[in-house]
Amino acid sequence: MTELIEKKLKENFSDSILDVIYFRGEQTFIVDKSKIVGILTFLRDDSELSFNFLIDLCGADRAKRKDRFEVVYQLFSLKNKVQLRIKCRVDEKYLNIDSVSDVFGTANWHERETYDMYGIIFNNHPDLRRMYMPEDYEYYPLRKDFPLLGIPGSIPLPKNK
Amino acid sequence: MNTSSEQLPKTKILESLLAKDTGVYFEDALESGMVLNIGPQHPATHGVLRLLVQLDGETVIGCVPELGYLHRGFEKIAENSTYHEFIPHTDRLDYLAPLSNNTAFTFAVEKLAGIECTKRAQYIRMLISEMARIASHLVALGTMAMDVGALTVLLWGFREREKLQDIMDVLTGARFTTSYTRVGGVASDWTSVCTQMLEKFLDEFDHNLEEMEKLLNTNKIFLQRTENLGVISAEKAIDMGLTGPNLRASGVEYDLRRAVPYLDYNSIDFNIITYKEGDSLARYFVRCDEMRESAKILRQCLDKLPQGSIHTDDPKKVLPQKVDVYTKMEELIHDFMLINFGINPPVGEIYSSVENPKGELGFYLVSDGSGHPWRCKIRSPSMVNLQSLPLFIQGHMISDIVAVIGSMDPVMGEADK
Repeated sequence: MTELIEKKLKENFSDSILDVIYFRGEQTFIVDKSKIVGILTFLRDDSELSFNFLIDLCGADRAKRKDRFEVVYQLFSLKNKVQLRIKCRVDEKYLNIDSVSDVFGTANWHERETYDMYGIIFNNHPDLRRMYMPEDYEYYPLRKDFPLLGIPGSIPLPKNK
Repeated sequence: MNTSSEQLPKTKILESLLAKDTGVYFEDALESGMVLNIGPQHPATHGVLRLLVQLDGETVIGCVPELGYLHRGFEKIAENSTYHEFIPHTDRLDYLAPLSNNTAFTFAVEKLAGIECTKRAQYIRMLISEMARIASHLVALGTMAMDVGALTVLLWGFREREKLQDIMDVLTGARFTTSYTRVGGVASDWTSVCTQMLEKFLDEFDHNLEEMEKLLNTNKIFLQRTENLGVISAEKAIDMGLTGPNLRASGVEYDLRRAVPYLDYNSIDFNIITYKEGDSLARYFVRCDEMRESAKILRQCLDKLPQGSIHTDDPKKVLPQKVDVYTKMEELIHDFMLINFGINPPVGEIYSSVENPKGELGFYLVSDGSGHPWRCKIRSPSMVNLQSLPLFIQGHMISDIVAVIGSMDPVMGEADK
């Protein structure tokens, strides 16, 4: 199955596949962020692959100067019972990537959470709001430069009357 | 547009409620439209879930669920503690089934580090996971019944759950925050006392469950308040990422115990329960039948429970038993190294998931080779399931909201993480 996925993706998106990684029996493709909607739509609609279940979507901070962030898509094929991971690298200067909430409805909240935690903007997202943090919160807590104990005073407490 | 909602301060959450296609605007001669806040501190919202609901009279025409009132930053904590240190935190995710959460996390770490736990430990993990499933479903059943007005089932459900907690007490030393599994095994061995207690529980359980079901299945109010309520199709359920009983009630036969077999589920005989209707009543039926299947699995596990060690012999990665730490120098050194520096899995990343009572609980772990995870993403089932709430309740009455939330069985501990 892994060969078939690699073959099909390379045939259809030859320029957009940047790397393929195998670890502990799992297959990860690093792809160009500008093609993510097309790639996920292809993986979902291809009758042989049929990756119709987006299990998870999250961000990661690589703490690198170039391509600092990653957006990770965890797919599952209910037909073939196979997992697949797609990753896109996002640079801090151009902190945006296309939303896939039209491809998978479940991506809506996952993308909001990723935005909330890392500040990555999802283009064309229908409702990009903070998920856990207050609406006017200025920081992104899961970034590696955000301290574990938080930033004092960043969430003002209500004044005593 | 009705004036009552226009006068509210324009927060972003309100804008998202009013700005989208949820707004069916009409000339409102009776001024029957309003925006209602339900929760976060409301008994029917199962913790701290806030719902902003747009109403036309008593009919729900729009809803925005809001999380964040409990956010404890578990992922940040995980990225700053060793793999062993994070196990107690997993108790606090789905606090109705801590044992299966412990299992899920250690299972993920084992995959990352390349450890396989012993056969006996695998069977103990299956035992505790299924016990946790029954314990969690009993609460789901009771609270759902309570949400639609039947209190007895909740009390009877808790009576049964207490028996399971007694076993957990004997096995782990705690009733609630168990922290029982270890990387490479479990903390303490399954004893004959546990077997006796579990056998006694199982002997009574079928009858007691049937009694509880009779209260509800013959209750006209319960049936009429849940049937054809919150219907979701199989395609939509897959699209929205539903898992667990909520997905199987829509007819999708997806259960990780069979789809991606883990532990020793392959050698156990059980059925995956599915219903076609996809409504609140079907979700209730799925949970009831699943408890019977879990009881079946428990019986088989007790029969097949192999002898042997409860943890893998890998001193560089698996914590030694306390009795050895106190008596042997080598074990003391390994314990010291593991506690202070942690296991150091190779550089890489994995996603590992198990079938929890609420659905698929997954951990995406990235290792940079150090003692703590570089990235730990928790795929919590309740959070993903809750996203579909607006789809479930649109067009229903306001009192149906609680019946739908009850049938979804969310736990805010893992929805908010």
